[in-house]
Amino acid sequence: MMNGAQMVVEALRREGVEVLFGIPGGTVIPLFDAMVNAPFRQVLTRHEQGAVHAAEGYGRASGKVGVCLVTSGPGATNTLTGLADAHLDSVPLVVITGQVKTSLIGTDAFQEADIFGCSMPVVKHSFLVRTLEQLPAALAGAFHIARTGRPGPVLVDIPVDVQNARGEFDYPPALNFPGYSAEVAEELSGLDEARRLLERSERPMILAGGGIILSDAAEALLGLAEAGSIPVATTFMGKGGFPERHPLSLGTAGMHGRAQANRALCEADVVLAVGTRLSDRTTGRPDGFAPKAKLIHVDMDRAEVGKTFSPQVGLVGDAAKVLSLLAPSVEGKDCRAWRETLDGWTRSYPLEPAPDVLSAPLVIRAVRRLVDEETVVVTEVGQHQMWAGLHWETNRPRSFISSGGLGTMGFGLPAALGAAFATGKPVVCFAGDGSLLMNIQELESCSRYNLPVKVIVLNNGSLGMVRQWQELFFDERYAQTLEGVHCDFVALAESFFMRGYRVKVAEELEETLKEALETPGPALVDCVIPWRDKVFPMVPAGAALGDFLWPDGGPTES
Amino acid sequence: MAIHTISVLAQDNPGVLSRLAGLVSRRGYNVTSLSVGKTHRPGLSRFTLVVNGDDVSVEQIVRQLDKLIEIVEVRNLSEDKFVERWMTLIKVRAPLDVRPHVLQTAEIFRCRIIDIGEDAIVIEATGDRGKVEACLEAVRPFGVIEVASSGAVALGRTGFGARKESPVAAIQL
Ligand SMILES: Cc1ncc(C[n+]2csc(CCOP(=O)(O)OP(=O)(O)O)c2C)c(N)n1
Ligand SMILES: [Mg+2]
Repeated sequence: MMNGAQMVVEALRREGVEVLFGIPGGTVIPLFDAMVNAPFRQVLTRHEQGAVHAAEGYGRASGKVGVCLVTSGPGATNTLTGLADAHLDSVPLVVITGQVKTSLIGTDAFQEADIFGCSMPVVKHSFLVRTLEQLPAALAGAFHIARTGRPGPVLVDIPVDVQNARGEFDYPPALNFPGYSAEVAEELSGLDEARRLLERSERPMILAGGGIILSDAAEALLGLAEAGSIPVATTFMGKGGFPERHPLSLGTAGMHGRAQANRALCEADVVLAVGTRLSDRTTGRPDGFAPKAKLIHVDMDRAEVGKTFSPQVGLVGDAAKVLSLLAPSVEGKDCRAWRETLDGWTRSYPLEPAPDVLSAPLVIRAVRRLVDEETVVVTEVGQHQMWAGLHWETNRPRSFISSGGLGTMGFGLPAALGAAFATGKPVVCFAGDGSLLMNIQELESCSRYNLPVKVIVLNNGSLGMVRQWQELFFDERYAQTLEGVHCDFVALAESFFMRGYRVKVAEELEETLKEALETPGPALVDCVIPWRDKVFPMVPAGAALGDFLWPDGGPTES
Repeated sequence: MAIHTISVLAQDNPGVLSRLAGLVSRRGYNVTSLSVGKTHRPGLSRFTLVVNGDDVSVEQIVRQLDKLIEIVEVRNLSEDKFVERWMTLIKVRAPLDVRPHVLQTAEIFRCRIIDIGEDAIVIEATGDRGKVEACLEAVRPFGVIEVASSGAVALGRTGFGARKESPVAAIQL
């Protein structure tokens, strides 16, 4: 016999949980109590949003299920942003919330929130556990659903009386989800046509999304690309799915994608899109996306194939498997003229920043040189995020972590904390001044656990990304974006008992970064950059991919 | 744009109706009718949705619904032969002087009279959508007081020859 809370602990142990992020409260006291001697770590964050993003950071960096435990009411509602974030980026997550006791549900009791109802549109699935008998199946089901198929967040709401009830524990229980299969329901009848299209193509390219990373398909992708010398662009979420130092890499495509990637999409005759939902951020105006190409769309989620575009060929299946099936059809292709054209574009749109002015690209590239290939980098949201996308050469899956679909400011710092627990190694977090202040309290968590989270603030004293839009599309009326940042990030870091540094000129950059990276534990480097800098290339919202903005009008001719 | 009838078999857990309705409204699908009821298998309910849309968007609805964990099977019945019934209860003004006319009209549509009061009656119209709508129009001149409608319920036709085993029987619950 054990109580419900002990069952949760035992279930988490059996599911292989290594670390759990959360904050206690009235309706989860039994749960935290049962965890005092649990074989997994419990990490206290300073806000439930921090806990859920930390669980996301852990999940994104490790590929395992991130786990989060919070109290009912405000604790639960504070997780909604993280659930939505994980839902859009397909992050495996189990969020356990306490709930008022079952007899009080529906009475507007103290700290009652219908989190089961609130979270419905932003979860892969959810359980409201009304009896002890339902508990083991809900927990086992939550982990099963979160990590299989297309991963996603699952919520388990457990009333406090269920946590206290006693009964026999049998685990794992038989799972009964007649409407859910962990296996992909393949639809590969178009395989031959896809092969034919690829074989005959003269200007083929691959657009690789985050699905490559989720399906561990990076090797298969490399195999296919190299077999036919086919250039590869990734989506922002796909960054890391193909080594960016590879000669066939075009970098990222999309709103702030590399020029050569977006131009390639405009000129290609066949585009093989794999593991991407072809979102508006990636494709720009639909009729300007791959206008000359036959589109082959591969995804494990059949609802994604045909959702935003009607492909010539749609294939439903595991990315690694489909890529390996397609590889023989491109064997020996060369596409030399096409690749030369693309290389020319790469040269025409150089990204190297001026070496003597402190700028975000300069900082990002300097950090890149100082850390090894495996180092996980996490970003907040804004210009600095897009600069990281452009300038942080990413060569390994799961080493570039960012809020892609939801674009959540405040994601980065707690996600870096979670990633540090996943890797046990230093994690770099590029943060805007605005985003960092959204979950700044998690500096305290980083400090308390002495985590090697290196926060590099790209401080333009501005909500820079919005300001960029205002400059370009709102006649330079800077409504609420240039209010200045009335705080001292270095002093703030020091008040959290961590090292803080400030860099104002390029000459001091390298040395300060070195020191911050070598200092054990957390550190913050406040890099003061010009507020006027804009991220280019930029495809204005609603424009075609080929119509990206570039400073001073046009490309440098090569 | 065409009208499609979609049949959804789901586990009848608490919340499954909200999940389905939420998905449909969140994605902006154009739903004309939604009905739900138990099936002969304890634990399974059947939803019938009538939606208006082109083939591509209806295919999207089917695929998105299919992703809901508690939804066991989704079929677009309009892709094949199917039978469909709507039921509407119409409370219509029927004072004694015109009552024979009202009853006669109801008779034409093979309606049943399920309640009679002092100056009104309730008629039950059952049939395909066209018939039920026509019936409502036919009695409108007498003065319609209230209407309640079930929405569509539908099943694929059984047909002759090799009949596919009912999928419901095979589902492990
Ligand atoms: C939670 C949240 N609120 C608002 C926004 C809208 N938004 C997008 S970028 C941005 C500015 C970000 O400023 P900062 O973190 O300083 O980054 P910068 O663009 O200056 O590099 C804002 C307000 C958002 N993405 N997320
Ligand atoms: Mg800023």
